[in-house]
Amino acid sequence: MNSRITRTLPREKAFYFFTSIGNYTGESAASLKEFTDKINEINVKSLEFHFYRGDFEKWTAEVLEDKELAEQIGTLRQMSPKGENLKNELHRILIRRYSRLRSTLQF
Amino acid sequence: MKFKNNTIALDATDLRILEALQENARQTYTAIGKSLGMAHSTVYDRIKRMERHGIIKEYTAIIDTEKAGAKNIIAIMTIFTDPKESDKVAEKLCEAPQILEVYTSLSEELLIIAKVVAENQESLHEFIASSVAPLPGVLRIRTSMITKKFKETRFSIANNPKELTFIKEKSNK
Repeated sequence: MNSRITRTLPREKAFYFFTSIGNYTGESAASLKEFTDKINEINVKSLEFHFYRGDFEKWTAEVLEDKELAEQIGTLRQMSPKGENLKNELHRILIRRYSRLRSTLQF
Repeated sequence: MKFKNNTIALDATDLRILEALQENARQTYTAIGKSLGMAHSTVYDRIKRMERHGIIKEYTAIIDTEKAGAKNIIAIMTIFTDPKESDKVAEKLCEAPQILEVYTSLSEELLIIAKVVAENQESLHEFIASSVAPLPGVLRIRTSMITKKFKETRFSIANNPKELTFIKEKSNK
């Protein structure tokens, strides 16, 4: 199951970063690793747009099939972080999750 | 009259018939002939010729969607593309029923401009995120939702008939 979460997805299943309705930044992520990296690089406006719509939770739960990660993101959403704080907290959750999954795959 | 480069010549009578049809496509050949001072058989022959050559593409109804009760939203997408993939992106967009019009434009970058209809903002976003952004060659997208319409008209043959003396023949395939 963990290897499934860390797999690379086909482009139609990737996460596409927008800054508002219909405004695509040109950035996308097709794996948990790429998603983790992009969260650290992407415009905060895009992060806030997706975060408060619940897009990150939806994609991690339904496409990556990582319910645990989706729940962690949901918990963070209840704390209503904004701006750089949101970026840092989200990145921290993703790094921790990705590292844990990677370590289980190595054994 | 036909030319080597697959065009046919339209004379002033053809243009007057086209203008009459654009005003009201439900007029009879007799009514058009009467208003233009010519026989209905002349009107018939010329209309059939222009249909055969694809100059008259179709006869359709223009519906006021607001009055018809539709609550859809209309948006204009500007899609920045990789020039090598641009035609493929445009062709793919043409397949989607949500897309009403597709154009390419070359300004500083190669752009595709498309008019899109959706039930609401959420379905508009869903369509763009799942069907447009993933297309190979799409670099980024800017979308503007139309909030108020001040004018909408179709290009009329009467607007500039001199420019339309030669119209490219459409194949009858």
